[in-house]
Amino acid sequence: MNKTRASGRTVGGLRTLSLQAPAVTLLLLWMLVPLGMTLWFSFQRYNLLMPGMTGFAGLENYEYLFTDPALWSAMGTTLLLVGWVLAITVVGGTLLAVLFQQEFAGRGIARVLAISPFFVMPTVSALVWKNMMMHPSNGVLSWVAESFGLQAVDWFSALPLTSIIIIVAWQWLPFALLILLTAMQSLDEDQVEAARMDGAGPVAIFFFITLPHLKRAISVVIMIEMIFLLTIFAEIFVTTSGGPGLATTNLAYLIYIRALLDFDVGTASAGGVIAIVLANIVAIFLVRMVARNLED
Amino acid sequence: MATLQLKQITKRFGDTDVIKGVDLEVNDREFVVFVGPSGCGKSTLMRMIAGLESATSGDIVIDGARMNEVGPADRGLAMVFQSYALYPHMTVEDNMGFSMRLAGVPREARREKVLEAAKILQLEPLLDRKPKALSGGQRQRVAIGRAIVRNPSIFLFDEPLSNLDAALRVQMRIELARLHEELDATMIYVTHDQIEAMTMADKIVVLHDGVVEQVGSPMELYHHPCNRFVAGFIGSPKMNFLDVDLVRSGLEGVSIRLPGGEACTVPVDGSRLAVDSPLELGIRPEHLQLDDQGPLTGEIRVLERLGGQTSLYVQMGEAMVTLMTDGDVAHRVHDKVRFGFEPRRAHLFDAETLALPSLHQHPLAGLTRHDNRLSSTSGCQ
Repeated sequence: MNKTRASGRTVGGLRTLSLQAPAVTLLLLWMLVPLGMTLWFSFQRYNLLMPGMTGFAGLENYEYLFTDPALWSAMGTTLLLVGWVLAITVVGGTLLAVLFQQEFAGRGIARVLAISPFFVMPTVSALVWKNMMMHPSNGVLSWVAESFGLQAVDWFSALPLTSIIIIVAWQWLPFALLILLTAMQSLDEDQVEAARMDGAGPVAIFFFITLPHLKRAISVVIMIEMIFLLTIFAEIFVTTSGGPGLATTNLAYLIYIRALLDFDVGTASAGGVIAIVLANIVAIFLVRMVARNLED
Repeated sequence: MATLQLKQITKRFGDTDVIKGVDLEVNDREFVVFVGPSGCGKSTLMRMIAGLESATSGDIVIDGARMNEVGPADRGLAMVFQSYALYPHMTVEDNMGFSMRLAGVPREARREKVLEAAKILQLEPLLDRKPKALSGGQRQRVAIGRAIVRNPSIFLFDEPLSNLDAALRVQMRIELARLHEELDATMIYVTHDQIEAMTMADKIVVLHDGVVEQVGSPMELYHHPCNRFVAGFIGSPKMNFLDVDLVRSGLEGVSIRLPGGEACTVPVDGSRLAVDSPLELGIRPEHLQLDDQGPLTGEIRVLERLGGQTSLYVQMGEAMVTLMTDGDVAHRVHDKVRFGFEPRRAHLFDAETLALPSLHQHPLAGLTRHDNRLSSTSGCQ
């Protein structure tokens, strides 16, 4: 079997390669050109405000970046943001998936409503949260707080990162719900009934039957969300602009500050390289974890 | 002791009555088979006994106690599902010990109990495997093992063999019969396969459209079906039905005129028949014999040779009749054949499709698989 396959590859190798070439070339260009340019710029003196100062900078850009406390703060913010949003969406998504799997009147409409935040543009949802939900005087949340006689919270100055986490989690919870709800539907009803016959209550069924069944879908959710959450930008840009101070500046936003506010393309590129390395470290762990889960 | 009584059980789903008043008595250590065509309500009936479905009205009584409001885990029953319903992420041992784990039994005690059940089912070498690494027959045995471990008063089987191939099904059938003997347990078994019903049951319950058509031992159902439905459902190939005319009914039986014009007297009680009432003759394929002097005649349309036996499909006017004959019969398709039957083998059905009671009880009709035990609650409903 393997032998014929291997020999088939050599016989048709050239033809196969020529057919694959356009796609492979396109993908390589698509990936390699930006990557190459980023790497190249990260070793250059390249500041838009100082057009005269060019040339090879060596590791200067990196040195500048690594000695800048903003980088470490941005990394911490990125990890906090990713971690909390993942925790909220996965836990909440699992519980909601179990809830929306129950039979109740209007379930179809409720499901659509629960999933709909995912279809709202990040910029729009951030604006809605900023001006209508979390606004210190006009916001729904402050109205709720006041109607209970509590002090209204000025969300973006008092709890900036928490606010961003809430907004992003609100957007990504439907995604987790959608994937997990689909997975719930493939849960064999007989298994649940067998567990009931074995004496399992709702809690035991959740932990012994539902959760193991959802394991694979949960790991897929984590992987996909992680990829997008590492690069969250619009929500921060629209609401806090990375502040107050650096409280909500993540890696993506830091690169933006360096490149388009400080006009320092070289340092920004060095930041981009660091972001690539970080994403790859995370990706290696994730791919391993998911692959192991998918094997089962 | 494990007994079960169903008293006027009904079940409604929305506007449809699925079970329309079922009365049933299951005795201790009996093997009872619910059989019927798909959609007859047999699985629903079992699920109500298990507690997975609530009864709309009526009483479910297990060992003398009403169980309608008791949850499925507390009825002392164990169920084997058609899909096996093994927990895919647990090993065989964990699957079998799951109920004890939930009940808080310590690990060593659990292992001991699981090993005991595994021994009965020859599962010991498989205890560390996950269900996906098992064959269909092995999964089936694990599912049965999971039931045995619970030490139930009644075992429930919901079409457990229908996902297995034919050879394995025969093997598992024998194994189940052995298990019934070994565990000395009361078992209720749902199937649509009348061969499984005939071979394993002490008592067969024939269900049709949510109604019990007949309860009785396999031989009773075969030799003395209550009505046309049971007569047609039990036995393979299916019983032949012919429209016949009533001549007269007397002490020695009912005289009828067969389609060919010849008369014949079937030894059944026709005292309730009105003059000229329409009748249907039922005769099983294996009771029709090729006979040059026979009263019936027709043309062979299809011929199936199985080696030991040959099935002939004979066109008789409008009707198609099946004959099971000897394997060495030399006839060919389109041959004209004459055939007949022993009158005592025939059944007569009246206009309401009810069978006329036979004047002679078949000697095997009262016997169950364990021939010392007589079925107590049998008969037509």
